[in-house]
Amino acid sequence: MPVNPELIGKEFAPTPPYLVGREKVREFARALRSTDPLHLDPLAARAAGYADVVAPTTFPIVLQDFTLQQLLAEPGSGIVLSRVLHAEQSFRYTRPIVAGDELTATLSVTGIRMMGGSSMVTSEAEIRDAAGEHVVTAGSVLLVGEADA
Amino acid sequence: MSEASNTKLSALSVGDVVSERTIELSRESLVRYAGASGDFNSIHYRDDVAAEMGLPGVLAHGMLTMGLAVEAISSWVGAELVITSYSTRFTRPVVVDPVTGATLTVAAKVGEVDAEAGTARIDLVVSAGGKTVLGKSQVRVAARSFA
Repeated sequence: MPVNPELIGKEFAPTPPYLVGREKVREFARALRSTDPLHLDPLAARAAGYADVVAPTTFPIVLQDFTLQQLLAEPGSGIVLSRVLHAEQSFRYTRPIVAGDELTATLSVTGIRMMGGSSMVTSEAEIRDAAGEHVVTAGSVLLVGEADA
Repeated sequence: MSEASNTKLSALSVGDVVSERTIELSRESLVRYAGASGDFNSIHYRDDVAAEMGLPGVLAHGMLTMGLAVEAISSWVGAELVITSYSTRFTRPVVVDPVTGATLTVAAKVGEVDAEAGTARIDLVVSAGGKTVLGKSQVRVAARSFA
């Protein structure tokens, strides 16, 4: 079953509000072997004019992953996780994420292109704060192999 | 603050290496990243599942490689600049051996600079075992104006 082309233009609900925790930011930064005090030390972050520790650049993947779960849960999507290859990823920021932000992500599928037996699925997760202001857009290209059933 | 950053950017020339980093990855690194990110796809820690999928071995999460690469410039970006965009292609998987792990190297080079506009593009060259694993890995930075 190929990827369902009707996913394009479908309106997905925003993900439930995600509160960015200081320790989660630090845990994520440590997993990336970061030594940057802006990620790790609230005092250093405040001294630099940020409200709290600043999340690593790729942190929005945590929210994008919630939107991927929405996509996988979509009945008849034709997307099975074990057939998905991550081909490209991008982040476009309006401002950095800091601990204390409450964020939601809204998914849109922007393109589906057949390539041999696979589909290239392009999507964007638009991430906004509690005030509704844009923070970052996470874009991904997935290469989805055709499932058996 | 933007004056200081313009000084930082105006010191740059295309081709300059702003940062380099070598990272030893082990299976523990992958498990740690799985927990931190919430990506528990078992191809990143189970040899049997990786083999069943026809993979050459347990692979590092693409997003771990992408994240490790950009953290190479995080301290350089500092308080004076911000990262406005970051994009990459995952061109080759990073196989992490259960015993010997894998070694990633990152070199961050200036690809473009416009000190007047307060912007620059940093290109990340990321390799494992002498082969590049990310393609067109580009970070855009700007002088911080919304502090």
